[in-house]
Amino acid sequence: MTATAEPTRRQRREKGQSTRPKRSRRSAAQARLGWMLAGPAFVIMLAVTAYPIGQAIFDSMFSQRLTAPDDRSFVFLGNYTTIFTDPVFWTALGVTGLITVITVAVELILGFALALVMHRALKKVRGVLRTAILVPYGIITVVSAFAWYYMFDINSGFVNSWFSWIPGISGDLDWFSNFGTAVTIIMASEIWKTTPFIALLLLAGLAQVPEELVEAARVDGATWWQQMARVTIPNMKAAIMVAVLFRALDAFRIFDNVFIMTRGESGTEVLALLAYRTSIERLEIGLGSAISVVLFACVLLICFIAIKVFNVDLASGTDASSGKGGKK
Amino acid sequence: MAQRGQRSAKTILMWTGISVLVLVYALFPVFTILATSFKTPGDLGNNTLLPTDWNYTWQNYEMIFVGDAQGLFLTALRNSIGITLIATAIAVVLATLCAYAVARLDFPGKKIILAVALGVSIFPVISVVTPLFNVWRSIGLYDTWIGLIIPYLSLTLPISIWTLSAFFRQIPWDLEYAAQVDGATQWQAFRKAIVPLALPGVFTTAIIAFFIAWNDFVYGISLTSTEAARPVPAALAFFTGASQFEEPTGAISAAAIVVTIPVVLLVLMFQRQIVSGLTQGAVKG
Repeated sequence: MTATAEPTRRQRREKGQSTRPKRSRRSAAQARLGWMLAGPAFVIMLAVTAYPIGQAIFDSMFSQRLTAPDDRSFVFLGNYTTIFTDPVFWTALGVTGLITVITVAVELILGFALALVMHRALKKVRGVLRTAILVPYGIITVVSAFAWYYMFDINSGFVNSWFSWIPGISGDLDWFSNFGTAVTIIMASEIWKTTPFIALLLLAGLAQVPEELVEAARVDGATWWQQMARVTIPNMKAAIMVAVLFRALDAFRIFDNVFIMTRGESGTEVLALLAYRTSIERLEIGLGSAISVVLFACVLLICFIAIKVFNVDLASGTDASSGKGGKK
Repeated sequence: MAQRGQRSAKTILMWTGISVLVLVYALFPVFTILATSFKTPGDLGNNTLLPTDWNYTWQNYEMIFVGDAQGLFLTALRNSIGITLIATAIAVVLATLCAYAVARLDFPGKKIILAVALGVSIFPVISVVTPLFNVWRSIGLYDTWIGLIIPYLSLTLPISIWTLSAFFRQIPWDLEYAAQVDGATQWQAFRKAIVPLALPGVFTTAIIAFFIAWNDFVYGISLTSTEAARPVPAALAFFTGASQFEEPTGAISAAAIVVTIPVVLLVLMFQRQIVSGLTQGAVKG
């Protein structure tokens, strides 16, 4: 490297570009130092994700069960055919999609309301409110799942007796034996835990909207709704899109709440749980790997659509957005 | 004047109402599980929110700390604390070096590092669990602390790198030169001028990374099989009642409250830092 660089440097110097070579030597040193410092983190990140997903793609082409390790055969895309012709997969995909769409929509509205409250709140209460909403953010998802489960549980829950005056709710209503009610509570727990994160992202977005613009709209006689729809929201579109994308990716991996509350019964099986059951419980590594790969492909697809269709600029708001609380 | 006083009274009333609403939203579910943790076995079946007698029942806590569930809970608590703290510490040290390079140096591949961190952070954990499960079993890392610490880095490293890069970009590094001009050595300049500015960011990042690792369930339940390494969230799913016909509701609730305490304490002490850490990049624009 240095040997070949030397003559060019001399040539340049002769031409009078004396600043270049110095820079390039320094930038070579910087590059070395940069990679020395950043290298370990970079290698570890690749080692714990890229390598396993490669392994999963490889494994997914074999018919392989850990219960019969010697009985391993190459089936190429056979496992994928099995998955795509199995209604269980399509149901799980549908439930996962449904949960993703509804939770993200509700969280966006609720999160926006929370962000507005915190943005406008008087100084004195602002700290208290932020502290309070950080509790669901920091709490363990499994704990949230148990809290919501015990609230509605037919044996120990108080919801049935509190709300027995509502038609349809009575002491012997078993919320978890029926898809509609079970999935509602699963989503409630998910929404409760992750809305604060969206709210904080949107709060940061709100802070970026220039006060003068809103003020000008108000002076011009715009109503509160008009100020929101015409000024505030368009000015924080980037923050909203990033928040939505990150939450959608996160919601698509939903596992903890479903595992604790129903274990996938009452038709609530989601993709992540299906993958877990196949590989870890039934030890069908080949098939389980294939489901994992499909799940990964879905996440990539969501990303791709968000970036290409909705023009989400990931790099702009990402530092904030990568801090999701409920990573599955 | 009267008009104004009335309006501000109205505003105060409105804000009190809204604040109460937000507080109830954020804290009520935690309160329900706290109440459940103080119920006697008799109370558990009577479909009320509150236990009939708060004084009587530390018995669920006794069960998990000195009673039947002790073996299950205390080892899990030790595993959780140990594994989470080690994974957080490693992530923060590596991310500090990495973020320093990203924020301060100009070198090819910088963008790739950030892009990879981003990609890893959106990675579905369940997708890597199957291969890890398989590989860990064959090389003996299954059901060990290291076997969890390594995958936990995939949760804690990316967020740490992003948060710290954002923090470090805001540090006025010229202070370092200024201090050197004033006669400080390079090391003194770094220690006296830069470290005090960088430490809060590093600390905040550590808290956020801790939350994420502490929350993990998928790795915990998939890559362990015994008390040797099983962390609390996974152990909660394996709690069983005193007898086959008894629900472990009380013990689980008590354990859930115990693992929520560190979260609440960190939030109470560092609310401002956590919020700024989480929103760092969005503010940067």
